[in-house]
Amino acid sequence: MKKKFSAICILISVSLLLVGCGSANTSDKTVSVVGSSSVAPLAEYESENFLRVDKAIEVDVQSVGSSSGIKAAIDGTANIGMSSRNLSEEEAKELKEVVIALDGIAVVVNPNNKVKNLTKDELLAIYQGKIRNWKDVGGDDAPIVVISREEGSGTRGAFEEITGLEIEKNDKKYTTVFSRAIITDGNGSVKQNIALKKNGIGYISVGSVDDSVKSVAVDGVLPTEETIKAGEYLISRPFLLLTKGDPTPEAQAFIDFILSDEGQKLVKEHNYITVN
Amino acid sequence: MKKKLDKLAELLFITSAIICVLALLLIMIFIFYKGAPSILETGVFKFLFGVEWQPRAEVFGILPMITASVLVTIGAILIGAPVGVLTATFIVYLAPKRIGNILKTATDVLASIPSVIYGFFGLMIIIPFIDRFLAGGAGGNSILAAIIILSIMILPTVISISESSMREVDISYRDASLALGATKISTIFKVMIPSAFSGIMAAVILGVGRALGEAMAVILVSGNAPFMPDSILAPVRTMSANIALEMGYASGAHQEALFGTGVVLFVFIFIINFIFYIVKHKGGVKN
Repeated sequence: MKKKFSAICILISVSLLLVGCGSANTSDKTVSVVGSSSVAPLAEYESENFLRVDKAIEVDVQSVGSSSGIKAAIDGTANIGMSSRNLSEEEAKELKEVVIALDGIAVVVNPNNKVKNLTKDELLAIYQGKIRNWKDVGGDDAPIVVISREEGSGTRGAFEEITGLEIEKNDKKYTTVFSRAIITDGNGSVKQNIALKKNGIGYISVGSVDDSVKSVAVDGVLPTEETIKAGEYLISRPFLLLTKGDPTPEAQAFIDFILSDEGQKLVKEHNYITVN
Repeated sequence: MKKKLDKLAELLFITSAIICVLALLLIMIFIFYKGAPSILETGVFKFLFGVEWQPRAEVFGILPMITASVLVTIGAILIGAPVGVLTATFIVYLAPKRIGNILKTATDVLASIPSVIYGFFGLMIIIPFIDRFLAGGAGGNSILAAIIILSIMILPTVISISESSMREVDISYRDASLALGATKISTIFKVMIPSAFSGIMAAVILGVGRALGEAMAVILVSGNAPFMPDSILAPVRTMSANIALEMGYASGAHQEALFGTGVVLFVFIFIINFIFYIVKHKGGVKN
């Protein structure tokens, strides 16, 4: 309820801002980018660097969630909408989309773990605490130590959304993650815990996987740049920029910058997968 | 001129004192202002005794965190207080001066180690040990790990305050006791420690405050699972860990609930300081 209210507030204030800018005749120099809270930090980072390329264009990034961002793009209250989920058919009809990055989440275990593959259902059952021994998924007879991230983490949000760990009841989102799961903050901390615990399982950004942990295949597909780009790996999502019709020249300039080599370098710095 | 300088110095002292009190007041007002509405909105009873913590659904119950804080603190005191008090006794009454000095320096160094280092030590050494030998591979991030780390962390507080309170005891007590034929050890336990009792209690209570408030080291070793612990090897989340862990990304009602956790923690700390005051005051009257 509160979230919706604040989303509406922001939408109103964004539109007021645009109206205000219009009367001051500077709207052609401002690009409003509104939407997904996962894309927003990246967009913010891109805009800071974009400032160096084109000082005249001001980029205003607002983080209100994917759905509100898509709506803002359709309504025209934002020049660019941001989404970290694929569009529904109806939404896709109304909008032009540009993929600026891909986010993949790898499921990782200790390098000494025998398990190489998990199905989506097994992964769900492990994180909900229904499967608690590795022997039930083809590993040794040992307890499974479930490791998750803190509330509010974008990686946790995406992981739960895509795997179905997050459920909606009465318009509210509940997590079904096993309450005994160990909670750590940050990709690095998850890796450290997994590296130290031979029975651990966790999830981290694909970009931060290294030798200290081992990725497992999900439904038979390993998380690599290729499988994620091909859309074969399950736990991945696109970062989309959305415009209604052709973007304004300023919006286009910002999108072009993100897709340029320099912009994609920033994507890589954020541990996301580049698109070209 | 001299008088003026005196006045100026006085003003400086008063200003410093006011800043100190003002800071305390401001922090108190800020925490209650930010946190109290959230507690009232959820309902005091539901907030304090709810066992579910689901920030996305705006369900906030912190009983698991309160339980964890209390258990971890009690455990740390049960180990840390006796060790600390006995160390202080050794330094004051038994150790040769040189060894006493070495011990005191070691205590000071222990006090100056940043808490994240304690946490890291726990993560790399204590947790794998518990995981391997006690938990049978089920993790190791647990109440026990937090207790071990915290009992080491409170040692400097307990040692230095009990030591100074023991030094305040009139040395003639000891001479009298020894002259009556009591042994060294029974003099220490029957005469000296009881005489310094209020100071030692104060040391222990300050140790409780330190254990209750520690977040950084605890986050690294306790596992941070927001559920009611069912064994000493279960992962738990303390109140201070809850705030430090989730504040980074929290917004809206979630952030307010974290401040609400802060209010409860503050009340706990306040009660402990009140007890500290009473214990000290009582001791003062006796002397």
